[in-house]
Amino acid sequence: MARVTVASQMCRPFMGTVTEVEIDASNVRALIRELDRRYPGLGNQVEESMAVAIDGVICQDTYLEPINPDSEVCLIPKIAGG
Amino acid sequence: MAKTHVTATINGEETEFLCDGQQTMLDVLRDEMGLTGSKEGCGSGDCGACSILVDGRLVCSCLMFGAEAEGTDIMTIEGMADGDKLHPLQQKFLEHAALQCGFCTPGVLVASKALLDKNPNPTEEEARYWLAGNLCRCTGYDKIIEAVMDAAAEMRGE
Amino acid sequence: MNYLGKDVELKVVGTRPIRPDGVEKVIGRAAFGADFRVAGMIHGKVLRSPHAHARIKSIDTSKAEALKGVRAVITANDLPNIPSEEAFVGEGPANFRDMSLNTIARDKVLYDGHAVAAVAATSPSIAEEALRLIDVEYEVLPNVIDVEEAMKPDAPILHDDLFTQGVDPKPTKASNIAKRMEFKLGDSASAFSKADVIVERKYKTAPVHQAYIEPHACVVSYGADGQAQIWCSSQGQFMVRAYCAKLLGMDIADIRVFPLEIGGGFGGKTLVYLEPLALALSRKSGKPVKMTMSREEVFRGSGPTSGGAINVKIGATKNGRIVAAECEVMLQAGAFPGSPIGPALMTPFAMYDLSDVTIWGYDVVSNRPKVAAYRAPGAPVSTFATESAVDELAKQLDMDPLELRLINAAKDGTKAVYGPTLKDIGFVETLEAAKSSSHWNSPLGDAAPGKRRGRGMASGFWFNIGGESSGATYVNEDGTITVVSGNPDIGGSRASMGMMAAEVLGMDVKDVRTVVGDTTSVGFSFLTGGSRVTFATGMAVTQSAEMVRDELCKRAALLWEIPAEAVEWKDGKAYPAGENAGKFDPLTIADIAGKSARTGGPITGKASINAQGAGPGYATHICDLEVDEETGHTTVLRYTAIQDVGKAIHPSYVEGQLQGGAVQGIGWALNEEYVYTKDGRLDNAGFLDYRIPVASDLPMIETILVEVPNPRHPFGVKGVGEPPIVPPMAAVANAMENATGVRMSSLPMSPPRVRAALDASEG
Ligand code: FES
Ligand code: FES
Repeated sequence: MARVTVASQMCRPFMGTVTEVEIDASNVRALIRELDRRYPGLGNQVEESMAVAIDGVICQDTYLEPINPDSEVCLIPKIAGG
Repeated sequence: MAKTHVTATINGEETEFLCDGQQTMLDVLRDEMGLTGSKEGCGSGDCGACSILVDGRLVCSCLMFGAEAEGTDIMTIEGMADGDKLHPLQQKFLEHAALQCGFCTPGVLVASKALLDKNPNPTEEEARYWLAGNLCRCTGYDKIIEAVMDAAAEMRGE
Repeated sequence: MNYLGKDVELKVVGTRPIRPDGVEKVIGRAAFGADFRVAGMIHGKVLRSPHAHARIKSIDTSKAEALKGVRAVITANDLPNIPSEEAFVGEGPANFRDMSLNTIARDKVLYDGHAVAAVAATSPSIAEEALRLIDVEYEVLPNVIDVEEAMKPDAPILHDDLFTQGVDPKPTKASNIAKRMEFKLGDSASAFSKADVIVERKYKTAPVHQAYIEPHACVVSYGADGQAQIWCSSQGQFMVRAYCAKLLGMDIADIRVFPLEIGGGFGGKTLVYLEPLALALSRKSGKPVKMTMSREEVFRGSGPTSGGAINVKIGATKNGRIVAAECEVMLQAGAFPGSPIGPALMTPFAMYDLSDVTIWGYDVVSNRPKVAAYRAPGAPVSTFATESAVDELAKQLDMDPLELRLINAAKDGTKAVYGPTLKDIGFVETLEAAKSSSHWNSPLGDAAPGKRRGRGMASGFWFNIGGESSGATYVNEDGTITVVSGNPDIGGSRASMGMMAAEVLGMDVKDVRTVVGDTTSVGFSFLTGGSRVTFATGMAVTQSAEMVRDELCKRAALLWEIPAEAVEWKDGKAYPAGENAGKFDPLTIADIAGKSARTGGPITGKASINAQGAGPGYATHICDLEVDEETGHTTVLRYTAIQDVGKAIHPSYVEGQLQGGAVQGIGWALNEEYVYTKDGRLDNAGFLDYRIPVASDLPMIETILVEVPNPRHPFGVKGVGEPPIVPPMAAVANAMENATGVRMSSLPMSPPRVRAALDASEG
C-alpha cells in the first residue's frame, strides 16, 4: 500500500488532523477516488488544486501516472511559474 | 492639422514624408514608413530601444520630432547591414547569443555602432557606460558586451 | 527513448549554433506585438482609474461617443458579468470573475491604473482625446497599500465577500487576508530547545515589476461571423485564446491566436490585459483594433510581482546542524487574491535537510495592481529572508557560510519540507562548484578609501514544471525539416527545439527550421513559463522527431523492399542494418522525401503530451560588492551564478538565463521598488524613476553550469529560467553585511537606505 502524506493544511477541511494514510491505488485516478471515498470532497480538492508527488516526482493534472505499492505519495499545492 | 513636408536621407535613400507637429521621429519611422525595427519601450528617452543615428549622432527617436529630420542623414537598424551582408556587430550578436527576446537589440546595435564609429577600441568600461542608455531586461548585458568587444576587435582587424 | 549516458555521442545538443530566428532580430525585421498591422485597423486606448480605491457611481461615455473618429466606447457592461469560478491560471489559483474585473472594473476600482473604460478611434490621438471626454463619477474610498497594514482588523476592506480560507473556524467577517496556508514537518516549536544558536529577524521586500522592455500590444479582428483573430505578444497563444473566450463568452474554436515575437515576459505576460478589451472594441466597432500600452500603463496596469513581509527563526547546534526553523510569510496579491503564497512557502527551505520546520503564510489583497508571475514566483521573497538568516547563523557560529550550507544540504533522499522525498537533485554539486570556483578562491581585494568591500553567497530552489505541450516535425519535399513548437520563444527556445530534432534525425541543425505555431497549426500547449518549454515542449518535439525518424526508416525499407527492422538510421541517412539486410546505397532524407508520395504520402510526426517529471533546479550565487560610505551607493564588483541545469541543450542561452535572472535579482536587491504617494498613487511609473540595472552598473556575470541529468527527459533537461532569480537578493545582502557589518533586512538596499543603516550602526 502506498503511503500518502500531506505537509500542507490544504486537506485539513477534509482530513482533520490526519496527515498520513495508507492507500491501495495503482494510479493517480484510483488514488483520488479512494481519497474521496474516505474523505468526501477531498477528491475534488486534489483534482482541482493539488499536485501529486510520486516518489519525489511531481505530477500534475494526470490520472494515469502509476503508483507502486511501496510508493511515497505527497499531496502538494499545484505549481505554475513565471 | 497642417502637416509638415520633410525631406531627409533615410538609410541612404532620399525620402520625403509628411508629419504633423506632434509626431515623433519614432512614430514617423514606424507608422508612416513601416520601419518598425526601431522599438518603443518607453517613449520618454529612458530605454534606448528607439535609437537611431542622425548625422552620425546617437539619438532617441522618441524624443525627436519628425519635423526635425529635415535635411538630416538618418540611419535606423534597417540600414545597418550592407544588403544581405550583416554588419560585424550584427554577426557577433548572433554568435555570442547577445539577444534573448531581441526587443532591445535594434537599439543596442545602433548604439554600439555609434560607439565603434567614434571609438574603435573601447575598453569594457567605456562600452558599458556608452550602452548605459539602452535597457535590456533579458541578458544581464554580459553577452552584449562580449559581442561588442569582439566586433570591435574584428573591425580593427585583430 | 533517451540520449543519456556516457556512450551516447551527441553531435548537436550541447553545441552553440546561431539561433534560427536570429537574423530577423538583428536586422529589425522580426515582428513584435506593436509592429503588426492589418488593413483598416483602428486604435484602442484605455481609461484608467486615478484612484487607489473608489466606487464607480456612474460612467458617461456620450461625449466621447460623439467625437468625430470614435468608433466604439466600452465599459464593463460590454463584457459578460461572469460568475465566480476558481481556476488554476498563470502563477496559481485565481478566479475568472476576478480576472474579468481586473481587465475592466465594474463597480469599484481597486488600484491606481485599474481600467474603467476603453475607446477605439481612427487614430491614437483621437482615441486619447475621447478618453478625456469620458465622465466617471467616483466615490473615493480609503485605501491600503502595505501588506501588514492590509492585514490589520480595521484596514479598509477591498472585497466584502472575501473571507479568509484555511482558518478554523470559518470567519464571518470579510478580510483582506484571502488565505492562510501552512506546511509542517516534525515539531519545530520543541526542536528549538536543541539549538545552541538561534537567529530571529523580520525581513521586508518591495514589489517589483517584471519590466520587460516590450509593452503589451495586440491587434484583434472580430468578424461579422463571430470569429476572431488575435495577433499579440504573450507567453502563450493558447492562454490568450482560453482567457479571451472565457472573458468574452465565446467558443474557443471561434478564436485564432497568432503569436508574434515577444519582447520579454518573465511571467508578466502569462495573463491577458488588452486582448479582451480589443475584442470587445472590435466587436462593437466592426473594425480590427490595435492596442498598445504605454510604459506608464505597463507599470500601473500590469504585473508586478508580490512584495512581502517575512519573519524567520532558525536554530542550529554548535557544529552547524540546523535543528529547527520557522517562517511566516505575508505576501501581497494586489487587488485580487492569488499571490504565489504556496511556492513562497514550499521553496525557501528546500535546499536543506531539515526535520523540524513550520512555515506558514498569508495571501493578502491591497490596493495595488493584481500581481502577475515573475520568475520563480514567491520564492525570491521568502528565500531572501531565509538565506539571509542562514548567513547570520553562519556568522554567529563563526562558520564559513558555504560549509554551513554543505552540512545541511538536501541530497537525494532528503524529505523536503513541502512533502516529497527529493531525487536526482544537484544542490551539493552547486555548492562544491562554488567552493572550487575561481571566484570563491580569489581574494576580495582592498577597498578604495571611503569604500567597504564584502563577499556573500546564497542559494535557491525552484521546482520547475512540465505540463501539456505539443510539437511537430515535418519533412518537406526537398528533405529539409520544419519543426513547429506550441510555445512562444522568449529566450531562444526555437534554437533548442531545432537542436533536439536535429540530434534525433542526425542532421545539421542548419537544415532544421523551427517556428512557433498559431493556435490552429499545432496542438495545445500550456504557456511558456515555469521553466517548462525546453523540458516539456522539448520532450514533445523530440518524440515527434523520433516518429519521423522511424517513418523514414520504414519508407527506406519500402523502397528497398526489405523489412523495416532491417533499416538503420545513422547521421541523417538510412542504411541497411548489417550484411543480411541487403546491399543498398544509403538514402538521405531528401531521397526518401522525394519519393514519399510513392511510399504512402507526406512524412510527419506530431506529439502532444502532458509531460511529467520535471527536475528541480538548484542555484548558488556568489557576490562581491563595494559600498560607498558617503553615498550609500553599492557597486557589484564580481558575480558568479552556479546552477544545476540537468543538461544544457544550447549552453549560451542557458548561460543567458542565469545571467539575466541574476541581474534582475541584483536590481530587486539594490534599486527596484514601487513607490506610492499617500493617496495610493504609483509615483514612479517610468524607467527614469523605476530604475532597472543598466550595463554600467554591472560586471560580467560569470556562470558555472552543473549538469546532473534529469532521467525523465530524453536529453536530461531541467528547467533553468527561474532558479537564477532566487538567490541574488540574499547573496547581495550577505555581501553587504560582510562589507559593512550591517544586516540590511529590507529591500531594496538603495543608497539612502544603506546610508541610513550605516549611520544607525555608527550612531
Ligand atoms: S522608446 Fe525612446 S528611449 Fe525608450
Ligand atoms: S534581449 Fe530582451 S530586452 Fe534585451
